Amino acid sequence: MRRQPLPAWADVILIPIINIALALLVAGAVIALIGENPFKAFSVMFQGAFGYAEGVGYTLYYATNFIFTGLAVAVAFHAMLFNIGGEGQAYIGGLGVALVLLAFDGMLPFWALLPLAIIAAMLFGAAWAAIPAYLQAYRGSHIVITTIMFNFIASNLMVYLLVNIFIVPGSMSPESRVFDSVAWLPSAHDFLARFGIDVAASPLNLSFIIALIAGVLVWLFIWHTRWGYAIRTVGFSEPAAEYAGINTKKIIMLTMLISGALAGMAGINEIMGVQHKLLLDFVAGYGFTGIAVALMGRNHPLGIVLASILFGALYQGGADLTFEMPNISREMVTAIQGFIILFSGALTYMSRPWLERLFGLFARTEATEEVPHGR
Amino acid sequence: MAPNDITSSDSTLAIDLRNISKSFGTVQANKHVNLKVETGTIHGIVGENGAGKSTLMSILYGFYEADEGEIHIFGKRTPIRNSSDAIGAGIGMVHQHFMLVENFTVLENVMLGAESGAMLARSITDAAAELDRLEHEFGLSVDKDALISDLPVGQLQRVEILKALYRGARILILDEPTGVLTPQETDQLFAILRSLREQGTTVIIITHKLREIMALTDHVSVMRQGEIVASRTTSETSREELAELMVGRKVRMTIDKAPAQPGDPLLRVENLSVHDHYGVARLDHVSLEVCAGEIVGIAGVSGNGQSELLDVLSGILPPGEGEVLINDHTVTPAHHTDPEQVRSYSVAHVPEDRLRRGLVREFMAAESAILGYQNASEYNGIFLTKPSAIINHSRHLMEAFDVRPTHPSLKSANFSGGNQQKLILAREMDPNPKVLLVGQPTRGVDIGAIEFIHKQIVAMRDEGSAVLLVSGELDELMSLADRIIVMFEGRIVGEVAAAEADEKMLGLMMANAHTPEPTLSTEEVPA
Repeated sequence: MRRQPLPAWADVILIPIINIALALLVAGAVIALIGENPFKAFSVMFQGAFGYAEGVGYTLYYATNFIFTGLAVAVAFHAMLFNIGGEGQAYIGGLGVALVLLAFDGMLPFWALLPLAIIAAMLFGAAWAAIPAYLQAYRGSHIVITTIMFNFIASNLMVYLLVNIFIVPGSMSPESRVFDSVAWLPSAHDFLARFGIDVAASPLNLSFIIALIAGVLVWLFIWHTRWGYAIRTVGFSEPAAEYAGINTKKIIMLTMLISGALAGMAGINEIMGVQHKLLLDFVAGYGFTGIAVALMGRNHPLGIVLASILFGALYQGGADLTFEMPNISREMVTAIQGFIILFSGALTYMSRPWLERLFGLFARTEATEEVPHGR
Repeated sequence: MAPNDITSSDSTLAIDLRNISKSFGTVQANKHVNLKVETGTIHGIVGENGAGKSTLMSILYGFYEADEGEIHIFGKRTPIRNSSDAIGAGIGMVHQHFMLVENFTVLENVMLGAESGAMLARSITDAAAELDRLEHEFGLSVDKDALISDLPVGQLQRVEILKALYRGARILILDEPTGVLTPQETDQLFAILRSLREQGTTVIIITHKLREIMALTDHVSVMRQGEIVASRTTSETSREELAELMVGRKVRMTIDKAPAQPGDPLLRVENLSVHDHYGVARLDHVSLEVCAGEIVGIAGVSGNGQSELLDVLSGILPPGEGEVLINDHTVTPAHHTDPEQVRSYSVAHVPEDRLRRGLVREFMAAESAILGYQNASEYNGIFLTKPSAIINHSRHLMEAFDVRPTHPSLKSANFSGGNQQKLILAREMDPNPKVLLVGQPTRGVDIGAIEFIHKQIVAMRDEGSAVLLVSGELDELMSLADRIIVMFEGRIVGEVAAAEADEKMLGLMMANAHTPEPTLSTEEVPA
């Protein structure tokens, strides 16, 4: 049987939908196996994620982190660099945000703090990516290994800093002091309340809008600037980059700095938007989920935003699910998320050959119909 | 479709393809192809790129299944669904790109995938004995224990042939087998194929080199646009007729050009040396000069420094020693420069490796059409690129050089080899460079496009550019260049006027068998 190359819409829309359906099918089977009703479980998850304002707020709050870390992975991937270090870069980005806010929250107004905090988040995230980038570009150490190592280093560094330096004297918990409320990002419910719209409180805040803007900027940068052109040339073909006079080493540095800066922006959402203090482990795996998000979103900002919302819904709906159906444990929810990542990340193209055959079948009937009118 | 037509087959035919059709999407790669190949003959298949030769052979070897039609092997209807069916039917294939494991020995490669049992020792002794027999029978000598990575290409090809014979091939298909060989290696290959024929093996050879078809084959079939348009007995046809059948119109096999009128030297290389990571000299004190209005050809077996020469001249590689003068700009080891800078000296470079260097396959054509010029002010604002300027430029190049389809947003990989090459030439010739560096301008390019490309290069010369041409096709060098320089192991070993060159002489110089001035140094006293 012959195959037909898939049209773009099938590639971008149909395949992800099939993958999610397959993931839900397998996850549903597992839920049925432990004696629960999968349809009820999925409807609880869906309700939890989208059914009420607070749930939507949480979904989009999680999505904000995934957009930043997903964009970070995607930018690096366009230069064929696999940045596994989003986790550490986001963590250190948060450190930068906290340093700025702890230093200036008594002195500067909000409109001055916000840009400073953003610059700090990006600089610190970029700095944490810079060393692995340098080692890859100039010393040939594989970026996957070094960025993973830097996740561990970031984690230990933060424990040290929080326990020894940022901790409030006399306190038992390793956290910094809470920032002055002038340094808090406006939350969605406060913002809407000003227009008389009453919405339940959720962590959703201004950084969701910043994340969407970042998506547009990444799109422009990758496809509509000469630097994006150079990055894609390096990613597709290093010999071609060499031929064109593109300095591959510099492009690796540039790409990883931007990637690290984007991951660092997750610190704006978590530290400035939600926690309002520096604390341990606030990144909570968002950096790693960003890899799955980028894979599923095909390294395109639009796809990444959509995939981020899906993963946000899984996080939020999953939390509700453990609450509503006690037999389904947190681990079960993690397993469901795992299936989605497995099918839409690792097995993205599994269904492709079948679909190509299916399209081939349709194309063949069309072709035979065309014959009498053909040239 | 009924199984009772076994008797109707002619058993003197090794291969009898009947009414084979195959399409990919809307592209019909093979249209009702009928091909008969007699047992114990050498059968050539010629055609332009995209004519359907490779698809047809892939169907025969089981990579694709035909949409319709029947395959008869040695008079028996044989459905071939995968390559093990093909091997079972006695068909062996030698691919254009060798499929060998670099860090295995010859013996290990030959038996790979055909080992018997779980323990290797037994298979190794069996395979060694069988290889000895094949070597004896067909005169195919290869060192069984040599590592593949240590062997020259000519030997690699023998290993591929041995692999096929080891699997019991009685029909051998060779896809563009001479692309990487020197003239001498080609002669040796042909000798092997003739001796295979004498032993009763059937050989099918796919090539676009008509000279080889005339020299080697008994019969030849011509493909055009998925169909076999003619089959001829080789002794009754001519290169001109075959070329015309391939392209579908009359083709000029020679290039019309006036004698060169060299002006001032625009490119001068003095004592240039380059060493690789291992300290091996890739270029060894090379000096040459290319003047305005002349084409200087570089001949040599690939890997003898031609690529490094182009890389240094275009700024990709820094010179190790010596200096390069381009249009009054000097490049030295202390002051070397990058390709972008060299382009600003009015140098253009058509790279040897079209697919990996000349363009980015995943880019749309318009993006590939600014490769190397991506930072030019015409295409860039302060931050953003100017998409309409890029598209318009690409359309202008495509129209000027007849690149088809004229579709700037189509992916570069979706153009045929000839059209990709025309796009690259258009990009490099458009700024009217003073110095044009051209590597393998017509490798894998169909005859119709070759004619066009040659004309453009000559036109560039006539407008006063200095052209340096590196090519593996001696025919091309002899007809296009005004002077030919031969390189061997990074050195220049000879120079001849193109008008006085012939293939045999160049071949000997390329193998460095022809030493113009024998020298005897004191260290070389024979023992």
